[in-house]
Amino acid sequence: MTELPRLSHLQAAGLDALAPLPPDDFYKAAAGRLKAGGRAVSYFGFPEEGRSAPLENGSAGTRLVMILAFDAERRLEVLSMSAGDSFRALTPDFPQLHLFEREIAEQTGLRCDGHPWLKPVRYPLKAGSPIPPGTADFFRVHGAEVHEVAVGPVHAGVIEPGHFRFQCHGEQVFHLEIALGYQHRGIERRLIGGPGQLTSHYLETLAGDTTIGHASAYCRAVESLSGTPVPARGEFLRALMLELERLANHTGDLGALAGDVAYLPTASFCGRLRGDFLNMSALICGNRFGRGMIIPGGTAFDLDHALIKELRLRLDAAFGDVENAADLLWGSSSVMERFEGTGIVSRETALALGLTGPAARASGVRRDVRRDFPAGAYLNLKAPLPEDAPESGDVRARAYTRWLEIKHSYELINGLLDSLPSGPVFAEPGAMKPESFTVSLEEGWRGEICHTAITDKAGKFRSYKIKDPSFNNWQGLAMALRGAQISDFPLCNKSFNLSYCGHDL
Amino acid sequence: MFKEIISRLKQGYRTMEFPSSEIKLPHRFQGLPEVNPGAGMGGCAEYADVCPTGAIAAPEGKPVLDLGRCIFCGKCAKLYPRVFNFSREYKMAARKREDLFLRGEAFKRAATLDEAMKRLFGRSLKLRQVSAGGCGACEADCNVLQTLSFDLGRFGIQFTASPRHADGILITGPVTQNMKLALEKTYAAVPGPKIVIAAGACAISGGIYAGHPETAGIPAEIPVDLYIPGCPPHPLTILDGLLRLLGRIE
Ligand code: SF4
Repeated sequence: MTELPRLSHLQAAGLDALAPLPPDDFYKAAAGRLKAGGRAVSYFGFPEEGRSAPLENGSAGTRLVMILAFDAERRLEVLSMSAGDSFRALTPDFPQLHLFEREIAEQTGLRCDGHPWLKPVRYPLKAGSPIPPGTADFFRVHGAEVHEVAVGPVHAGVIEPGHFRFQCHGEQVFHLEIALGYQHRGIERRLIGGPGQLTSHYLETLAGDTTIGHASAYCRAVESLSGTPVPARGEFLRALMLELERLANHTGDLGALAGDVAYLPTASFCGRLRGDFLNMSALICGNRFGRGMIIPGGTAFDLDHALIKELRLRLDAAFGDVENAADLLWGSSSVMERFEGTGIVSRETALALGLTGPAARASGVRRDVRRDFPAGAYLNLKAPLPEDAPESGDVRARAYTRWLEIKHSYELINGLLDSLPSGPVFAEPGAMKPESFTVSLEEGWRGEICHTAITDKAGKFRSYKIKDPSFNNWQGLAMALRGAQISDFPLCNKSFNLSYCGHDL
Repeated sequence: MFKEIISRLKQGYRTMEFPSSEIKLPHRFQGLPEVNPGAGMGGCAEYADVCPTGAIAAPEGKPVLDLGRCIFCGKCAKLYPRVFNFSREYKMAARKREDLFLRGEAFKRAATLDEAMKRLFGRSLKLRQVSAGGCGACEADCNVLQTLSFDLGRFGIQFTASPRHADGILITGPVTQNMKLALEKTYAAVPGPKIVIAAGACAISGGIYAGHPETAGIPAEIPVDLYIPGCPPHPLTILDGLLRLLGRIE
């Protein structure tokens, strides 16, 4: 077997790096690398030259691209093949590919041979054959006392739509199947031919609570393709915004977890504190979610002395209160009784499914883009989690991991503010190189975001593939429910708090 | 228990007064835009093309900004500061779609429900929220109203778990094809008379997803009573709109 082309994170490569292997070699190489501990960061297809866009004109001529990461070695690899009208599923041996392969089949029209559960992913509109989501057959358990529970798409709370189908025996869940696609609004297709007027807005609203995460990944992709060096101060401000986003969401989730076990003090305090962190983002850029802050070339706004002072004051006050609210949570035995041992995801499962982010770390899989594939201000980051961080994979571990990350983000922001470099925050980006591609990874608060951009002859996007961490992690939630009580579903769900729109694109 | 009480004392009473003149939004916040039709562009209306969502039109060379399409990116004000200017005003909900077209006249804020409806809902309004596409930010800003900072419940407004218990629905998102049926069913499940609220640029006009075949928009059979612009609307914009609808603020 030939040596696989290595990739450098955020380094634009020519399209020759995507030269297709003969299919059999591709499958063999992919299986070999996955067996050797590789993890599929992204696996997608795009039309070969001269073919029309996927979905529209069916199957013929699709290039498949698999991006692999070896986290510990900080290594990325890429391999590629050209598919005629079908490709072979590797899912039976490598469950982490299950959704990627379903997605490829759906987006490219390729036939996927040997996939054990080849269902639609997002139920996109296909001319002539619209199938509404949640209508394909669900996995069923048969037996006299087995019953089925269907929840959604409209949920009880103020949250996004999705459908959950439980196979239960009394209270006990045998199996949970999650059907999504209700939020599908066709973003990826609109990015082709860009960047255009709407591109950055699509990316900022890919998942509204991860505006900074996805906008940063997008901007880095553009900057790497155009060779734009971002000024150091801009990089620091981006990291600051990303950590603020993490603080807001982790804090909100700690409160929501407390709410789900009816522990109201922490629920109430954290509900307010999440808003306080969002208001800090608004202080910096005018928008609570950070819209408009991260732009190709740097950031749209700078901080002056007065703003920094105000930010520090608010940050210290909010952090003190979060610490207080979290202390209450860990100190309450009735809360711990509900958290401990609930919704366990083992390390083996986390690895097999390729989970990312806090959900993976709480199961002892310590991957973190900020450390493994750092960029910008993260280049000198110390380990994000302490040695004794929990690894038990239950709700408590996922909750406690969030708390540890809150502490870490708070320290990071202070560090960033202490050493904020002077100078501009923005450098005008140039044109993107034609016929190139780049991989951009970012550690959003839910986990690994991956954007893979490929340019055409004119230096416009020929393909833009997005992977939100939720894409990896939804199956983790399904596994957490195996053997659990159905009444623990809200709690398990909150401990992951995955994105519907980020998955549905 | 003592720890909880001490924490409560430490964290203090944090519910904001509303409405209140004390509320100050951050300097960089972009609220209700002001449109200046007289800012003589010499009949040329090139500013119509700068808007990423097509919110700006220029019939007869006069600027019109559609608040229902605007995502508050600020681009127009940056490029044409004499024509467009963003205030820090958060009160911008309206009762009619046409009231969202800004031409430089005073903004027509949302009026109260008619007497019969006001008598029914003025002191107690239960809403079922339907999230139908979009990015989840509008939902987040509805959720935040239920926290102690805003304490929506004190105004007699609550989000319910079931449409059967609701007096109306609050829709967010551009209504994807994949959510259209669920939205229609939810609306049908609410007992009449009922109220419909469209929150956010997506729900009002499709926002940045307008024109995608994947989105359908709110079906014509579901008449909207209140439009709350924004991308997403600030929680205060939502709260202000709801209270105006119920006649709690004039
Ligand atoms: S601020 Fe609103 S009207 Fe102005 S360009 Fe942006 S979306 Fe268009």
